[in-house]
Amino acid sequence: MNSNDLMPAVGSAAAAVDETALLGALRRGEEWAFEALVRVYGGRLLAVARRICGNEEDARDALQSAYLSAFRSVERFEGSCQLSTWLHRIVVNMALMRLRTRRRKPEEQMDTLLPAFQEDGHHVEQFSEWAMPADVLLERADARAAVRSCIAQLPDAYRQVLLLRDIEELSTDEVARMLGATPTAVKVRLHRARQALSTLLRREFAR
Amino acid sequence: MTCREFAEFLDGYVGGELPSAVRSAFEHHLALCVNCVRYLDHYRLSIELGRRAFEPSDGEIPADVPADLVRAICTALRSPSA
Repeated sequence: MNSNDLMPAVGSAAAAVDETALLGALRRGEEWAFEALVRVYGGRLLAVARRICGNEEDARDALQSAYLSAFRSVERFEGSCQLSTWLHRIVVNMALMRLRTRRRKPEEQMDTLLPAFQEDGHHVEQFSEWAMPADVLLERADARAAVRSCIAQLPDAYRQVLLLRDIEELSTDEVARMLGATPTAVKVRLHRARQALSTLLRREFAR
Repeated sequence: MTCREFAEFLDGYVGGELPSAVRSAFEHHLALCVNCVRYLDHYRLSIELGRRAFEPSDGEIPADVPADLVRAICTALRSPSA
């Protein structure tokens, strides 16, 4: 058997892969299965690593480390989730480890991105409507790039939580375990990250 | 409820996690304060924009993993230390 036998057509979605057959071959140590695992899921997983690491070199290193870790531990994979979900978590963990070893870039102070209030509790700022609805904005490549750029400007601790919860769609408990934080701390950080992103997007898109 | 308190409860409201008494106070404030209506709109839009900014565009197929990276991973796997 070769990797193409697992995929009905070249370029088909990873969801179409026969994970049971692939897992069996991986556990038997069949070399073609390891390469298939890289080819089938690698593109999407590299995109995940890029989002978290923010640069190509770290993303590639994280992906390679993740695959090596997965190959070493495939015997212990219990099948309680999809193979793709299991790989996704390993890649996220490896990408976070790469981030921790990297020197931090200068970050905008979080205080300047959170809402300010008057003594009586009213907002200092008067908010206006955005120039375009979200659906229209998202049709535009430049607007999507601007959103990604705004997320990249968030301080690391907040950007990580926003990416893991809102974009990678991991649960609060999973994120807490990955970051060594309490679920409450993750919730607080996510709320602040969303508020900060809202401030940055307002600078881009408000009338 | 003040605008400051309203902002603190935003994530709970969006996530449907507020106790009913707090939700009532939140919605009462929402009915009276145009500025907070807009702030809530911005908050929701930010979540939606963030989620969708990384999605592939219509018809765009996610890129394959580069061939040199596939080779590097497979080579590392075959090495005795793997």
